Amino acid sequence: MDLGQLLHSLFFDYTVRTVALGTAILGIVSGMLGAFAMLRRQSLLGDAISHAALPGVVLAFMITGLKAPLVLMTGAAVAGVAGVILVIGVSRHTRLKQDAALGIVLAVFFGFGLMLLTFLQQNPDARQAGLNHFLFGQAATLMERDVLVMALFGGAALAVLGLFWKEFKLLSFDREFGATLGFPMSWLEMLLTFLLVIAIVIGLQAVGVVLMSAMIVAPAAAARQWTDRLGLMVGLSGFFGAVAGVTGTAISTLAGGLSTGPVIVLCISAIALISLLFAPRRGVLWTEIRRRRQHAELAMVLKGGRP
Amino acid sequence: MSASLEIQLLAVLVAAACALPGVFLVLRGTAMMADAISHTVLLGIVLVFFVVQDLQSPWLIVGAAAIGLVTVTLTELLQHTRLVKQDAAIGLVFPALFSVAVILISRFARGVHLDVDAVLLGELAFAPFDRLIVLGIDVPRALVTIAVVLIANIAFISLFYKELKLATFDAGLAATLGFAPALLHYGLMALVSITAVGAFDIVGVVLVVALMVTPAAAAYLLTSDLRRMLVLSVAIGVLSALAGYWLARLLNANIAGAMATMTGVIFLVVLVLAPQRGLLAKLVRRRRQQADFAATMLAIHLLHHTGAPTEAEEARIDHLERHLDWQPGYAARVIRHAERLGFIKSIAGHLQLTPTGYAKAQEVLAS
Amino acid sequence: MNPALEVTDLTVAYHDKPVLWDVDVTAPAGILMAIVGPNGAGKTTLMKAILGLTPVAAGSVRIDGKSYTQQRQRVGYVPQRGSVDWDFPTNVVDVVTMGRYGALGWFRRPGRREVDLAMHALEQVGMHDFAQRQISQLSGGQQQRVFLARAIVQDADIYFMDEPFQGVDATTERTIVTLLKQLRGDGKTVVVVHHDLQTVAEYFDWVTLLNVQCIASGPVGQVFTEENLRRTYGGRIAFVERDALATGGMALRSFAPAATAGGAD
Repeated sequence: MDLGQLLHSLFFDYTVRTVALGTAILGIVSGMLGAFAMLRRQSLLGDAISHAALPGVVLAFMITGLKAPLVLMTGAAVAGVAGVILVIGVSRHTRLKQDAALGIVLAVFFGFGLMLLTFLQQNPDARQAGLNHFLFGQAATLMERDVLVMALFGGAALAVLGLFWKEFKLLSFDREFGATLGFPMSWLEMLLTFLLVIAIVIGLQAVGVVLMSAMIVAPAAAARQWTDRLGLMVGLSGFFGAVAGVTGTAISTLAGGLSTGPVIVLCISAIALISLLFAPRRGVLWTEIRRRRQHAELAMVLKGGRP
Repeated sequence: MSASLEIQLLAVLVAAACALPGVFLVLRGTAMMADAISHTVLLGIVLVFFVVQDLQSPWLIVGAAAIGLVTVTLTELLQHTRLVKQDAAIGLVFPALFSVAVILISRFARGVHLDVDAVLLGELAFAPFDRLIVLGIDVPRALVTIAVVLIANIAFISLFYKELKLATFDAGLAATLGFAPALLHYGLMALVSITAVGAFDIVGVVLVVALMVTPAAAAYLLTSDLRRMLVLSVAIGVLSALAGYWLARLLNANIAGAMATMTGVIFLVVLVLAPQRGLLAKLVRRRRQQADFAATMLAIHLLHHTGAPTEAEEARIDHLERHLDWQPGYAARVIRHAERLGFIKSIAGHLQLTPTGYAKAQEVLAS
Repeated sequence: MNPALEVTDLTVAYHDKPVLWDVDVTAPAGILMAIVGPNGAGKTTLMKAILGLTPVAAGSVRIDGKSYTQQRQRVGYVPQRGSVDWDFPTNVVDVVTMGRYGALGWFRRPGRREVDLAMHALEQVGMHDFAQRQISQLSGGQQQRVFLARAIVQDADIYFMDEPFQGVDATTERTIVTLLKQLRGDGKTVVVVHHDLQTVAEYFDWVTLLNVQCIASGPVGQVFTEENLRRTYGGRIAFVERDALATGGMALRSFAPAATAGGAD
């Protein structure tokens, strides 16, 4: 397939267009909310939430008997919130550090979900449990209805983010000062984390558990290097996420047979790498050049200063 | 040996092998590094597999250890640029390496026996089918692998016990004593990598994290002694493995999933019921401390105003509610508790400090 | 007239360990008060308890006769500089504008008026030229001045400042002192956690000597005595005196007469 064909199918091929639209929405939502997660040093919370969603999905199906995306997503969100509460509770009320709490929730919830899933199918072989979709996502199977659901929930999450923008900024920069101003900081914290859960849950179908955490961390890490303004960073983070989503979809369409999730993650990782290396002022290259120049100047001064 | 016994033995060995390095991961706050490594190990396996075309090759272990160290190094490099914080650095590195592995497999390893799900999830129930003759004995291949990994773990930890202990509790001191904590750190991470690869066809690399972190975390809530913690961690891991096996048989479900679930159940029980650090014990202790504390506070309050012109006023019971901002019921409870402790006497709505109470207040103030 | 700040029988405990014991502090309006004491004396805790950031075991806090929650709008706060991540993606004027967030309330965004107020406050602390500067590029003293400007735009009647003099340059120290005097001139009350004994008498009118309990609280002339300092710092007083003598004998002399006055009181 050549480039012309690719562009054609991106715009006119129903399936490709739907998938590209879905991954773009996912990229925007997870990018923008991931920016706040990174600034609040909760980058790995996304990893724990996405793994913790599995038992929620299985239980939602067991209880309702329905496979409708909305039902499964609700289950995933409930389990994700339960996971977050456990992480915060364990790291706040015991001597265990947050990383241990994250590891426990991530792996135990996932194991529990795996057990439930194989129990449901009465087949202990995990490899036949159809977990593939959950692990790596199935972007190719996204349908218009799924994209609509993603747009609806993602849009709602972003609307709330916009509504509480000033308060979330205060929470992320100086929580105690915000508390003295009378804003209920714990409540805001819960709200912001819940928005992150929504972003993850709507992305699971497209890129899967393992790679969802990249969609939370990488766009934000990339965007941070280009700007010193929060608004610009959050916007740029969403933009990078969307670019990675569309590019990833295009590449996996071009090279038939590649699953979309990992390709999207490689795209966003590439964007992050380029940003870390070459972003003006902050990037590694810039700091290196500046350091060299300073060395050279110092050497000149020393030489000139010598009698 | 029957298949059932062999599976249980495998489960026990893998749990023990994971529980040992897990203790250091939990103590050093690097549990999420284990999560990252357990994912990137896939890349190590894939790369070695391309060269040797054999999923049973011992080189897989070497490849896994190498890729584990690459993961750690890349993460630390990123962190050192100060462009991102540690958690973001981990979150950037492992999904990228993992994606490379998945793409390599789907692109070039189709049709051969290398299946991403097999590496991620493993399958304990099938392990006894793949057999090996060692020293004339017919044993499952996985049993040999995991036994080697377990022995490596035990050997590393007993050889460097003193150094690991020092580097974990006081990295600065360890460095000044010339113990190279960085080297130990990398050694530990290599150990985590080979444990992950040794476990991959048994429980898969995702659930390795459950077996590493959860028993060690539970053990840490039970003891502060490193030796005891290592033993407890292994014991909890082994118990979860056996309980998980039988739970899985009962439910006809995945064994590794059930093992991970059982580590979680035991952790929850310990979290709530641990004798000193459990939530229940803490709650009871805090209640008692609060009561004792309030009684002492009352004594000090009375002492402060002894001899002051406002003494009569300050010692009135209703005054406490207003001044100390205590609810009426709470103030009455505190007074009763203080009377029981012999700190005060109440005479007609008027509180008086006893000699015991006076001494207690003085003692606290002097400390 | 109500005192600007009235702390009564305040006790704060961490589990069974008392951090503050039965502390009483009263400050009239229009004074500059230092809270002084050794490390671990509970100075920051006292401030956080007053501001409702730390749970209190007993006691009450009144600000101009009413509870803190009722008076929130009239209170300004300058937290310790090290309490935030200075690599946060924002610039100086943006941080200062945060001081208006409380007055703005929910959902309303800062506009032209808030930015003008912020620029004016930045002028007062000599940071006008840095308004668009990214906060990670500021020196410690500049960071402190940004936090002070943020407090100024709060337009409060009583200010609480946690260690504003900690590790700042001479320019910043002078700026803070000028600002404190200016605030006092406007009839405001300022409570400052302070660690430098030598400058207490020079910068402040009132002082609270704290070491878990309140040792003494009142006008500097009456309270800042050698005996009270000894009671506050315990065995460490010898060290403190030597330190004061070595680096600022003047400060020590300036409180020596006060000690006599206090003794005669």
